[in-house]
Amino acid sequence: MAKEPHPDRDLIQGEWTERSLVEKLLEPVEKPPPRPWRVVVAVGAALTLAWLYAIFVTFVKGLGTWGINQPVAWGLDIVHFVWWIGIGHAGTLISAILVLMRQNWRDSLNRVTEAMTLFAVLAAATYPLIHMGRPQLFYWVMPYPTHMALWPQYKSPLSWDVLAIMTYLTISTLFLYIGLIPDLALLRERSQGWRRRLYGWLSLGWTGNAVHWQRYRAVYVLLAGLATPVVISVHSVVSMDFAYGLVPGWHLTVFPPFFAAGAIYSGFAMALTLIIPLRRWYRLEGVITERHLDWMAKVTLASGLGVAYIYLLEIFIAWYAGEPAEWAQQLWRMTGPYAPYYWAMMLINVVLLQTLWFPRFRKNLTWLFLFSILANVGMWLERFVIVVISLSHDFLPGNFQLYAPTWVDWTLFLGTLGFFLFGLALFIRLFPPIAVAEMVHLFHKLRRH
Amino acid sequence: MLYGLMAYFDTPERLLQALRALKAQGYRQLEALTPNPVEGVEEVLGGDGRIPWVAFLLGVLGAGLGLFLQVYTTLDYPHNAGGKPLLGWPAFIPVTFELTILTITVGIFLYLLYINGLPLSRHPAVEAREYVRVLLDEYGVFVYATDPRFDLEATRALLKDLGAEVEEVRRD
Repeated sequence: MAKEPHPDRDLIQGEWTERSLVEKLLEPVEKPPPRPWRVVVAVGAALTLAWLYAIFVTFVKGLGTWGINQPVAWGLDIVHFVWWIGIGHAGTLISAILVLMRQNWRDSLNRVTEAMTLFAVLAAATYPLIHMGRPQLFYWVMPYPTHMALWPQYKSPLSWDVLAIMTYLTISTLFLYIGLIPDLALLRERSQGWRRRLYGWLSLGWTGNAVHWQRYRAVYVLLAGLATPVVISVHSVVSMDFAYGLVPGWHLTVFPPFFAAGAIYSGFAMALTLIIPLRRWYRLEGVITERHLDWMAKVTLASGLGVAYIYLLEIFIAWYAGEPAEWAQQLWRMTGPYAPYYWAMMLINVVLLQTLWFPRFRKNLTWLFLFSILANVGMWLERFVIVVISLSHDFLPGNFQLYAPTWVDWTLFLGTLGFFLFGLALFIRLFPPIAVAEMVHLFHKLRRH
Repeated sequence: MLYGLMAYFDTPERLLQALRALKAQGYRQLEALTPNPVEGVEEVLGGDGRIPWVAFLLGVLGAGLGLFLQVYTTLDYPHNAGGKPLLGWPAFIPVTFELTILTITVGIFLYLLYINGLPLSRHPAVEAREYVRVLLDEYGVFVYATDPRFDLEATRALLKDLGAEVEEVRRD
């Protein structure tokens, strides 16, 4: 059948057969890892140990080891909680929303970004837990019949947050797992020893039955449809933790879309930070092409513009609302002791972002990689501006107080970064970072039809 | 013991053709094994329309659960939060929504396993020496030896006529 070549034909570049493509995609799991992988694992493991030590210090000595106090009772821990949750969003966006939109380019990216989501959300979830002061009582956030006859207060966004994060963690883990099942069956048949046993257990005895495949696709698309509103809702609920409060700088109705746009922006930036080196170290240029990176850069730009717009809108609203505390907060951000943080955020997320309009910058991988890191620094600064700067300057001048994080705060952050990299590196070693079955299916669609 | 015959086809088109032919000949106990979803398989082997309905019912259950949780806990311990009405329903939307999604997600995953008969520790077709091919790039049909129409030689000849490479699957 002579048909026109598929418009997305160049999403898989090079001469492949189904078999050679499978061999290539399984290389990260089946071949010895490249040298940088070992470096990432070593650094990640070291930082993870430092993290455990910082958690230990927090548990033994208490929250006094952190920089938090009144009025800045939410410090770097909440900054990092929001930062990590935001990063997770790109994974669900790529895996769920792009499935519904039938975007073929997602097939090369969904696995590694879903894994990114999983570890980012796990890292995020640790912050509220250790911030509780008495973390052994974490189950108090759950509705269970207590001898005190108390229940969680379901008019509070903090109660919503518990369920939003848990739902998000569950759906993104299940989505990742369901996507893995066919690949696990393939790995089961190709491996020996403990790996065969591991993949055998995890694949649940998947055989590739064609009827099972139909149901599997139906569930997959259904879960994509359900994950889509969850992505938007999770960061919206997180934003309401702030927007429900009266603190100047928090009490804004625009917060849910603001946080959702910021989450997608930072998530895509983190995905670029991970995928650009991964692609080079594992020589995946044929399946993660420049077109993929270009599209990711475009999504980064689009969501980043939403963020930039709301930065400007915030200034306007602070003035237009006519509320003295709001305007004082805005001036505090722009001219106060924290002004360098504010202006660095504006420089990255508003000014440098504009470079992504130009194909020359989007195609320059060095810049794209550098910008992806800068964008996450920018989003870190944004959360610092929202959480710390707002709290340091509320209504009464007698309350104004600056915030200084301690080494425990910073170690907790570096620790979650290490845990994130360590977890991802081990994930890639055990499970293919690109969805094999989906890529082969895509290859089949592009080349045969 | 003979488990059955495994036939390997090159393309999904041939697989569908073979499935139609086998069905026409009266074979019932057979499975198609493919590396990825094959379009058109439901027309031959029968589709499955239950999943969306089960998901809907799970959603109703989850939403009911979410609303019940919040209404019950509020009435059980009435608490004036910021002067809002005791059962101010807009505040109940997020939790109801999250529990709806959570119930569907977990429920439909378990349901998927249930209707697919998973987890499964052993499957006769997997005993085939060349089984891995149907996970890579070929399309397999496994005909059970217990099928009333099954006859080792006749079935093998039929499958070969349909363009397959055929393997006997036995347990040693």
